[in-house]
Amino acid sequence: MGKALRTFTDGFLRRREASVLLVALGLMVYFRAASPVFLTRENLINIAQATAPTAIVAVGIVLLLVSGEIDLSVGIVAAFAPFLLHFAIDFYGVPVLLAFPLALLIAAAIGLLNGLIVTKLHVASFVTTLGTFFAVQGLLLITSHAYPVPIPEEMRGRFQTWIGAGPWASITWALIIVAIFHIVLTRMRWGLHTISVGGNPVGATEAGIRASRIKIGNFMITSALGGLVGIMEAARINTIDPNIGGGTTLTFYAISAAVIGGTALAGGSGTIVGALLGALVLAELQNGFNLIGYSANTIYLILGLAILVSMIANQYLSRLRRAGRT
Amino acid sequence: MTTHPLEVIGIAKRFGALTALADVNLHVGRGEVLGLIGDNGAGKSTLIKILCGFHRPDAGTILVDGSEVTLKSVDHARSLGIDTVYQDLALVNELSVYHNMFLNREIVRWPLLSNRAMRRRAEEHLKDMGVNLPDVTVEVAKLSGGQRQAIAVARSVYSDAKVLLLDEPLAAMGAKEGTMILDLIRDLKRRGNVSVIIIAHNYAQVLDVCDRVNLLQHGRITFDKRATETSLEELTDLVVAEYRRRGAD
Repeated sequence: MGKALRTFTDGFLRRREASVLLVALGLMVYFRAASPVFLTRENLINIAQATAPTAIVAVGIVLLLVSGEIDLSVGIVAAFAPFLLHFAIDFYGVPVLLAFPLALLIAAAIGLLNGLIVTKLHVASFVTTLGTFFAVQGLLLITSHAYPVPIPEEMRGRFQTWIGAGPWASITWALIIVAIFHIVLTRMRWGLHTISVGGNPVGATEAGIRASRIKIGNFMITSALGGLVGIMEAARINTIDPNIGGGTTLTFYAISAAVIGGTALAGGSGTIVGALLGALVLAELQNGFNLIGYSANTIYLILGLAILVSMIANQYLSRLRRAGRT
Repeated sequence: MTTHPLEVIGIAKRFGALTALADVNLHVGRGEVLGLIGDNGAGKSTLIKILCGFHRPDAGTILVDGSEVTLKSVDHARSLGIDTVYQDLALVNELSVYHNMFLNREIVRWPLLSNRAMRRRAEEHLKDMGVNLPDVTVEVAKLSGGQRQAIAVARSVYSDAKVLLLDEPLAAMGAKEGTMILDLIRDLKRRGNVSVIIIAHNYAQVLDVCDRVNLLQHGRITFDKRATETSLEELTDLVVAEYRRRGAD
């Protein structure tokens, strides 16, 4: 019995997601002790709604990081997508259920552009997506005249509730997306090839894997997920805002979530479940310190330190893991 | 006339003013292990790169099973059964042994990978080839250089390679590891359906494992004997004589 328990805990601790899960639970205990409000239904909804957007974008970021790339433009694509929806519905009379996939498709096309520049023209993804970030931001501000608009009339009602306004809508989408892509990364060919392309680009190509296809696909997935998050958030707050934090905050949160969750920037390894837990940790920190009464400014300082500490711990742990005890 | 799994006639390759290969005639028989030796710069690497489809020759004919082919790419050569094993380059460190064994040839039960089937077949195949690994689910990063090389060879054999090209398979490897690879090659020979062309610097090992030895000099095969008909002394003398000649130039 004791031995079985030890094997179980050993196996658990060796999983990359273990440390971040422990942190997420620890924070929950701490904030519950510090504030009785923390675990009330209303506040759990707040946490869920803060976790979901980060987690969904982080799914794409993990795929990209594992395949050895990064996307800094995904946040601005998120800000742009609901405007695409608004233009299609309000200016061209496209029905919602057609405008929605159309907006995601255009978002994915931005990912396609990123992927083509990176793989065919051999520009580093960091620089490429920095370029598309500013380009899309310009496009967004020009077409929207930098003014927020209310969401289209046709979007209201059932679609709005389902896509993001319902209290548990966004987190439900997040969990579904995390589950699907966790399987894609760990149990499907696409994931295996994503790992191969990031872990050993030469070897993967030698084996006949088409690296460009994998990378372009992952850029498209990331951009489409960004677009989805933008539309979800617009539905939730009832407004489409070009100046929303989406531009950089969402991107940085998603990268942080991926990294805190245990995905290496070097490529070849990463975990999507870890990124979800990373997003949860970020949301808990923000929400919890808010409840305790710290100002937003202090929270940034704490967030920064939390990222640094978790990364240092991650380095240390992975060195331990590599050193031994297979 | 007997057909060989791989035969080349009159292969030439120039890079600008430099003639890497002048006129190479070479063949490997079914199940035969051919040792290719030669000084640095004799053109061994160029020849291997032509045989695996990476370079196109300027002149000459390549015959696979007796019929003339133009190797368009490494992929194309591989589809014809000619496979090159590069040390270390081939495997993905972050993946398990069995995922590496099946890289890009995965067994899939759509939409999922059939991990259990791949694991079982990898275990069977490695055991069959005499490669001993504690566990095929372990990440390749945790294995030794020799074990990795063995897995790379086993993978090529498993993918129905008819001709294996091994470029310096024993370089940077300890004695024990080297023995493991040599055993693997001997085992392939015993089975008799895979031909091997092996480039090596250690002549003792070449004689030990090869059926036949070819010496490449100045872009030509200048020596072709069965391993049993030559000796370490003869091979060494040939290369030393070459050094002297060059010194006299």
